Amino acid sequence: MVTIENLHKKFGKNQVLSGVNLSITNGGIFAVLGPNGSGKTTLIKSVLGMVIPDKGTITVLGNSIKKNSDYRHKIDYLPQIANFPSNLRVKELIKMIKDLRKPTNEDERLIKLFKLEPFLNKKLGNLSGGTKQKVNLVLTFMFDSPLIILDEPTTGLDPISLIRLKDLIHAEKAKGKTIIVTSHIMSFVEEISDEIVFILEGEIYFKGSITELKNKTNQPDFEHAIASILTENHA
Amino acid sequence: MLKILKYSFYDLMRSRWSYVYLAFYLLLGIVLLFLNNDLSKAVITLMNVIIILVPLIGTIFGVMYYYNSKEFTELLLAQPLKRSSIFLGQYLGVALSLSMSLILGLGIPFIFYGLFKSNAIWDFSLLLITGTFLTLIFTALAFNIALSNENKIKGFGYAILLWLLLAVVYDGLFLMTLIMFEDYPLDKLSLVGTMLNPIDLSRTLILLKLDISALLGYTGAVFKQFFGTNFGIIISFITLTAWVLLPVLRIIYKSKKKDF
Repeated sequence: MVTIENLHKKFGKNQVLSGVNLSITNGGIFAVLGPNGSGKTTLIKSVLGMVIPDKGTITVLGNSIKKNSDYRHKIDYLPQIANFPSNLRVKELIKMIKDLRKPTNEDERLIKLFKLEPFLNKKLGNLSGGTKQKVNLVLTFMFDSPLIILDEPTTGLDPISLIRLKDLIHAEKAKGKTIIVTSHIMSFVEEISDEIVFILEGEIYFKGSITELKNKTNQPDFEHAIASILTENHA
Repeated sequence: MLKILKYSFYDLMRSRWSYVYLAFYLLLGIVLLFLNNDLSKAVITLMNVIIILVPLIGTIFGVMYYYNSKEFTELLLAQPLKRSSIFLGQYLGVALSLSMSLILGLGIPFIFYGLFKSNAIWDFSLLLITGTFLTLIFTALAFNIALSNENKIKGFGYAILLWLLLAVVYDGLFLMTLIMFEDYPLDKLSLVGTMLNPIDLSRTLILLKLDISALLGYTGAVFKQFFGTNFGIIISFITLTAWVLLPVLRIIYKSKKKDF
């Protein structure tokens, strides 16, 4: 599905990714974890073509992403911070994105699911953080693409919406899609993910299932296993 | 690209500033035409305003729009769209909406004044064409500056500086050079100097179309010999087009290499 080879990226003097090799197979939920500033978002943005790597190759569904934009038809992306043009209305934004990508009717179901009907005619600048995130989720999930990338999907969501999001993710997985998630909420990661990719100092430190991670670190639970990697490497 | 252009244009048409800009030109046109009654004087005054104001508004609007639509741009980048079409669409959206304000703002009063019956229609059209060129040029330059500077304040600073340089400082330096080397033949140098700055070029083009070019003396004669001919006009428009194309090409080039 996604293959990354020897990916390097530097912002000024700050070496963010130094030789990432990663291959993500078809189907399943992959959680990309790592401390703040470890390069998770940079890695995801490289796959999306928003960040141009210094070195290395990325292929998505067999196509190299270099000088190519069509492959993004196959990706649904949820950005980390929901920044939208503030003078647009929710309805207009959804219509615009549909116009830019392709027509779909999924949005109606998702709007009902997240109870967004009262906000459809409000301007995006006037929405609360959580509501913006729900709009963001609608925009992401309304297209039926085989690869879904979610950058911090839980930000600002209330408990009910969080449950709905989890159901949504599981439903997409059941359709055989590949989902890449980043999150700092360990319980969320533990609940949904099939496989963990741990990034540390710009490299892949660990890739495998949660059980393998627990065995490797000799910790009884997931949260402590992650914490032990961090203390070992920073102490 | 056309879709992005449509949304950027639509977005700007809803913004208050487009209307302020339009209203300003409407007012200017009405005041100059109906309180003055001398058409060629009105065109000269308009020229002076356009030559200074259009580049200023173009740079400021361009830089402002780029920074303000950062979020929109990031949203678009994750969609299956080419980078060049995103940025060109936005650029054309800004440049065309500004040009439209200019053309409508000045055109409407002129039509009511009875432009189609007067002889000044060519002078006036030239005024609008150069105004549109200046809008395209300076908006493109503004996008270049904004693309190269993450920092808003720096971007604005450079944009103002660029305008100051081309609209004011360049003329000063040019004049100083002419005075310093007045013992030498300067015809060619002054022609080239005028060609290299789009603001000077536009001003010369309009001045020479008007009767007052006789006032320019010997230099005027040399200029008239060059710019007055078809060859000169063609060269001038090629230069103006190059001034549009080069920054636009750099927008495409720069946008392909940028990280978001």
